[in-house]
Amino acid sequence: MVNRGDVNCEQVWQEVSNYLEGDIDPGLRAAMDVHFAACAHCKSVLDGMRNVIELYGDERMIEVPVGYGRRLERRLAQSIRAQSSRWSTWSAWLVPVTALALFAGGLRLANSLTFNPPLRSEHAQLGREIPPDMVVVVTSGARLFHAPGCGVIHNKDTERTLTAKEAIREGYAPCLRCMRKYLETATVGHSELGWEASAGLDAEEHDPRGGGE
Amino acid sequence: MAEPNVILNNPVEAGMTHEQDLIARVQRGQNELFYELVRPYERRVYAAALAILRNESDAEDVVQEAMLKALANLRQFRAEARFSTWLIQITVNEALMRRRRERTVVMEAIDDRRDEESEYAPRDFADWREIPSESLERKEVRQKLADALAMLDRKYREVFVLRDMEQLNIQETAEVLGISVASVKTRLLRARLMLRDLLAGGWNQGWFSRLPFEKGNKPW
Repeated sequence: MVNRGDVNCEQVWQEVSNYLEGDIDPGLRAAMDVHFAACAHCKSVLDGMRNVIELYGDERMIEVPVGYGRRLERRLAQSIRAQSSRWSTWSAWLVPVTALALFAGGLRLANSLTFNPPLRSEHAQLGREIPPDMVVVVTSGARLFHAPGCGVIHNKDTERTLTAKEAIREGYAPCLRCMRKYLETATVGHSELGWEASAGLDAEEHDPRGGGE
Repeated sequence: MAEPNVILNNPVEAGMTHEQDLIARVQRGQNELFYELVRPYERRVYAAALAILRNESDAEDVVQEAMLKALANLRQFRAEARFSTWLIQITVNEALMRRRRERTVVMEAIDDRRDEESEYAPRDFADWREIPSESLERKEVRQKLADALAMLDRKYREVFVLRDMEQLNIQETAEVLGISVASVKTRLLRARLMLRDLLAGGWNQGWFSRLPFEKGNKPW
């Protein structure tokens, strides 16, 4: 082991890589410079290591197989095509489904905007499937509309005839007695009517206060 | 006077490099530009994969998988990182996963521990001052250099390739491999010394005409 300067050969070998990286403190660097000037072995290690770094750092040292770039490009293109094809399949379904959903939503919105009258009875229930053009009767001061001839119509002298659609618009709710079949089955005519009617309660007919119709 | 829209639409005027512009466009969905984006690095990512796998076919396969992952995850790329380092990171991860599936890993790990514990000192002090870089034009010289590199144990080879061939800095090399900066420095020193010993003798005497590893023995 040779000591030249403040460092010996072994210390130089341990630090020679950091020396080339420029990653040592100035004092050690100066000591190694002195050592290299005097020690041929360590100088050959330094020169050889520098050559290794320069040779392997040359772009020409990275060799790729013939056709490598073309194959990579093709693989990426295939993947991108497959992705876009998957998206096309999705979008092919997505467009009509979305259109349908929007149409249905639009219809519902339109209906809700058109038919949401304030009910005359706070006890009214949702009713549906009442034919919109069905002839019904209402009387003044009442809260329900009835089928003609219903037994619980009061104030018959004020009786007025109109369609179920009109009655709903004016805030009347269907009589639970004469309109029961529409309120219980709820299977026919909803789309025809295009709205959700409100079903009144029998309670109105049997108002304990003796009011009602 | 230039119109504001022209300035905004011109990436160079907006202070973007061509690479940053490509990244932004692919992130916005122009996937067909992705190969143009990675082409400048395709050789480097291959070298990284080969350093880990030591098999050309596996390395190429891993690069393709890694580039597909990079494409799928490009939205996660943040501009504060170097794009090349990010690509190499993905490739190294992919290659390491591939290697973990191989049974030889256990044996290699044992060898690595043994080497790390031992000291290494230069053995060949042949004067090697000239840098005959023009010799790299010769395929057999490049092959000799590649052979010498392939003889290094895995952990030295990986660090050397990332730092001295891929030109990552020490910190980036540590992050990509998931090891400490101190380990990178130690392994880098060892790798450089070994390669110097492997090549120095042949360099001055007819260019690798009598390299020690041609006899089938490691010189260290």
